[in-house]
Amino acid sequence: MSPLVLAAGEGFTPPGPEDFWWPIVGSDASNWTLTRPAVVALFSVALIAWFFLAATKRRSIIPGKLQFVGEGAYGFIREGVGRDLIGSKDFRRFMPLLFTQFTFILVNNVFGIIPLIQFPTMSRIAFPIGLTVLTYVVYHTVGFRKKGFVGYLKDLVPPGLPTWIVPFIFLLEFVDKFITRPLTLSLRLFANMFAGHLLLLVFILGAEHMILDLGPALKVAGILSGVLAVVMTFFELLVEVLQAYIFTLLTALYIGGALAEEH
Amino acid sequence: MNGTLNGNLNLIGYGLSAIGPGVGIGLIFAAYINGVARQPEARGMLQPIAFLGFALAEALALFGLVLAFVL
Repeated sequence: MSPLVLAAGEGFTPPGPEDFWWPIVGSDASNWTLTRPAVVALFSVALIAWFFLAATKRRSIIPGKLQFVGEGAYGFIREGVGRDLIGSKDFRRFMPLLFTQFTFILVNNVFGIIPLIQFPTMSRIAFPIGLTVLTYVVYHTVGFRKKGFVGYLKDLVPPGLPTWIVPFIFLLEFVDKFITRPLTLSLRLFANMFAGHLLLLVFILGAEHMILDLGPALKVAGILSGVLAVVMTFFELLVEVLQAYIFTLLTALYIGGALAEEH
Repeated sequence: MNGTLNGNLNLIGYGLSAIGPGVGIGLIFAAYINGVARQPEARGMLQPIAFLGFALAEALALFGLVLAFVL
């Protein structure tokens, strides 16, 4: 009999989506409940604000440690994402948006593995949706503003196609830009954080159950599971940083695409 | 001893459906790395294309994930 069946047989409840619901103030049924991710998000905003105020307070030609880190992070997004993907003409006015998104998502994601906090805010779908709505509104607004209503819609189809194929391409591009992009942008962030946190829960709760409640052979498996949980925590760190970067990169890419003259 | 396995068969279907986008994303980044290795100065031009393709291919996997939970 496999260990999984044994573990399931003796009162082990596997972690599930309900492990992500953490009301702090207020009841389960109420629409206005202060939850753990909300507190974590507020804390992250305070932390980011404090960090960048401290980093830019005493600016000097020879940067101190804080200033060096702050400037390094800003330069990374500015040069590697903003300038490259939006273009050197327009990228300046989008830098506040891009850098805010990057730092906010990065700090909230990394909170998923910081001891005592240990909750990735973005594993509640509302947070990624909120961030995506901002991106969605911004890139369509700049597109419509730059090219006009008809011009922007016309620009969805690349020039030089045979006439009969134009309606199909228009439909495809329209669905992609107005429906698929916002859906995937929010879901990508949500799914990565949700699945990653669930993975850690499975390994850690499984290790705890096998070591404390089951026989000697399974205790060994439990220790292995605990070791894997540590390995997976480092893997999660990689995924968390990567997802913050990808979200920012795609935002810049979509804005750049809306501003571009031709395909 | 009579053990039971609880769970939803949808998730197995999702696992199977994620193979396709997985292979697709692998191919996209393989082509991107190949291109940059052969011509490093083309990196700036290839990067947006590679990431657009990646976003589009991953969209399929994400739709699968949503449908696995919703259906």
